[in-house]
Amino acid sequence: MQKKFKIEVDCANCAAKMEEAAKKVDRVQNVSISFLTQKMVLEAPDDTFDAVLKDVVRTCKRVEPDFEICL
Amino acid sequence: MTKKQKKVLYRILAAAALTVLIHFLPVSGIALFFLYLVPYLIIGYDVLRKAFLGILHGEVFDENFLMAVATVGAMALGLLGEGSCVESVEVMLFYQIGELFQSCAVGKSRRSITELMDIRPDYANVEKDGSLVQTDPDEVSVGEVIVIRPGERVPLDGVVLEGSSSLNTSALTGESVPRQVGAGDDIISGCVNTSGLLKVEVTKPYAQSTVSKILDLVENSSLKKAKAENFITKFAHYYTPAVCAGAVLLAVLPPLFMGGWMDWLGRALTFLVISCPCALVISIPLSFFGGIGGASRSGILVKGGNYLEALANTKTIVFDKTGTLTKGVFSVSSCLPAEGVSQTQLLETAALAESYSSHPISKSLRDAFENKELLSQDRVTDVEEIAGNGVTAKVDGHPVGAGNEKLMRRLAVSGFLPCQAPGTVVYVSCDGRFLGSIVICDQEKPTAKQAISDLQAQRVRTVMLTGDSQQTADAVAKNLGIDEVHAQLLPADKVARVEQLLTQKPPRSTLAFVGDGINDAPVLSRADIGIAMGAMGSDAAIEAADIVLMDDDPAKISLAMRISRKCLRIVKQNIAFALGVKAACLLLGALGVTGMQAAIFADVGVMVLAVLNATRTLRSVS
Repeated sequence: MQKKFKIEVDCANCAAKMEEAAKKVDRVQNVSISFLTQKMVLEAPDDTFDAVLKDVVRTCKRVEPDFEICL
Repeated sequence: MTKKQKKVLYRILAAAALTVLIHFLPVSGIALFFLYLVPYLIIGYDVLRKAFLGILHGEVFDENFLMAVATVGAMALGLLGEGSCVESVEVMLFYQIGELFQSCAVGKSRRSITELMDIRPDYANVEKDGSLVQTDPDEVSVGEVIVIRPGERVPLDGVVLEGSSSLNTSALTGESVPRQVGAGDDIISGCVNTSGLLKVEVTKPYAQSTVSKILDLVENSSLKKAKAENFITKFAHYYTPAVCAGAVLLAVLPPLFMGGWMDWLGRALTFLVISCPCALVISIPLSFFGGIGGASRSGILVKGGNYLEALANTKTIVFDKTGTLTKGVFSVSSCLPAEGVSQTQLLETAALAESYSSHPISKSLRDAFENKELLSQDRVTDVEEIAGNGVTAKVDGHPVGAGNEKLMRRLAVSGFLPCQAPGTVVYVSCDGRFLGSIVICDQEKPTAKQAISDLQAQRVRTVMLTGDSQQTADAVAKNLGIDEVHAQLLPADKVARVEQLLTQKPPRSTLAFVGDGINDAPVLSRADIGIAMGAMGSDAAIEAADIVLMDDDPAKISLAMRISRKCLRIVKQNIAFALGVKAACLLLGALGVTGMQAAIFADVGVMVLAVLNATRTLRSVS
């Protein structure tokens, strides 16, 4: 399942770093965090999608405390 | 400006004013340090906070942390009398000014790109019990009737029930000529209704309508990154740690031999200030994003930065013939009557004989005959189709044959003359006598010739593949000036042929295949870049291809190539420029020629310039 989320990131390098970190999260199939579109596209298995999303958000907040996501 | 940006602006102004004020105050020593601490905290508190949080999370190479170390270090040096505290305030000021500038510039280009792609309809007027209700397009279901007034955007795909109008499709195709629609025509979401009122029955839910497909495609293009983008990500990964290591070495090694610990420490702190690879990390994706946005404005949808990058290096373009270079519509190109027969007589006989057939060739015969009233099916009797030969029938009581050479031989027609013209030839006989031949051709698209010569001007090898006969293929190729032709290919042969061409292409170049998206999906996916055209409303083509041309104009291919080259040029400029300036800063900083202020100024400057340069990709290529 692929889903798109609106996010708020302030700097391009943080977005890149968050993306790198998020890609390493367990069961993430693909993820893109775009500073330009202020969107996150997450691809994960249907059955565990919500759990994966939670992990991804937590990872992102670790990298950049100002990261916001509109669920 | 957003609220956040305004807040930063006020902080910058306040800190700058305070710094100037303190400069004129008659204070010195430790008091001065405490005074400068005020503007420093005003301007830098968020950096310090993030640095602290970064440390808690184990993010050592966080640029906030490094900025904090550099400025706090400079403050400490100032306190010890080696330099001045004002330096550290200035560095923080420049840094924030740069960040603000960049955030405004990026915000502005983000807005203009999303505006370019803004084909999202806001509402649909749904007809319910005789009155109109404004509804979210998402909530309209298939089968409901919507009304589109002049000036409104078509919210969902559907079929026109009532009314006629012209639609502006430019947001989808870049084409400025409006499209006429009337009752019974399909209409596609994203177009703008320009003249009349239309009543439309919805045929697809919003999530599957053209408009949301296109938006999805462009927005998800960031998932597929270009090599240049990946390079930057990798570079950023190593750059910051490397610069930090350099700073440590600079602080420790030279003073071991030469002394002057404080001086070298100051130089090392300069390194930390330029440790952020921001200029590259922002401007490269922005360039690709702008390029994809600009292309979509012209009706060219690119599914990812990697395809845009690959297109710039395309040296071989393989075309499918029918529907790509030609219209895929048959029409009579010449009538060659036998002696003593008029053209009208020949065409009339053929059209009547074929009047019961729905084959495109028969249709083209009927279309070519101008006096439609004469084509009454009452005049035709005893129609018999002979598979692989043609048709025999009685027209006004006379036995008539219309078909290929085999049919003429079978009917033992007298005076039969085979015709050598390229295209499909229909021979006609009446009462056992040869009446003449009619040549039917698929017409070339008006822009096809220009498209091919434009590509050749960009030193691209053009190849045409077709299932058609060698003769027809040669004629089209000669007319359009195509370099290479392979005819009489079955769909599977086309894949094999493309594989062979892939081995022949120049090293490091790419091969693109252009098709109409119908039954050439295997070839589209086998080529380095698959380009489907005429995709407006065709889901299959949008799925299979890497680049989608919304209309069926082959000239868009060279436009797409120009856009991709321009984009790549800007990317390369930015990489070279940013790396060059960073290297110069590091070198001059290490030699002690420039201080921290100059370094941060150059670093921020290069970022702003790179961002501005990247926004040039948005402007369409003339």
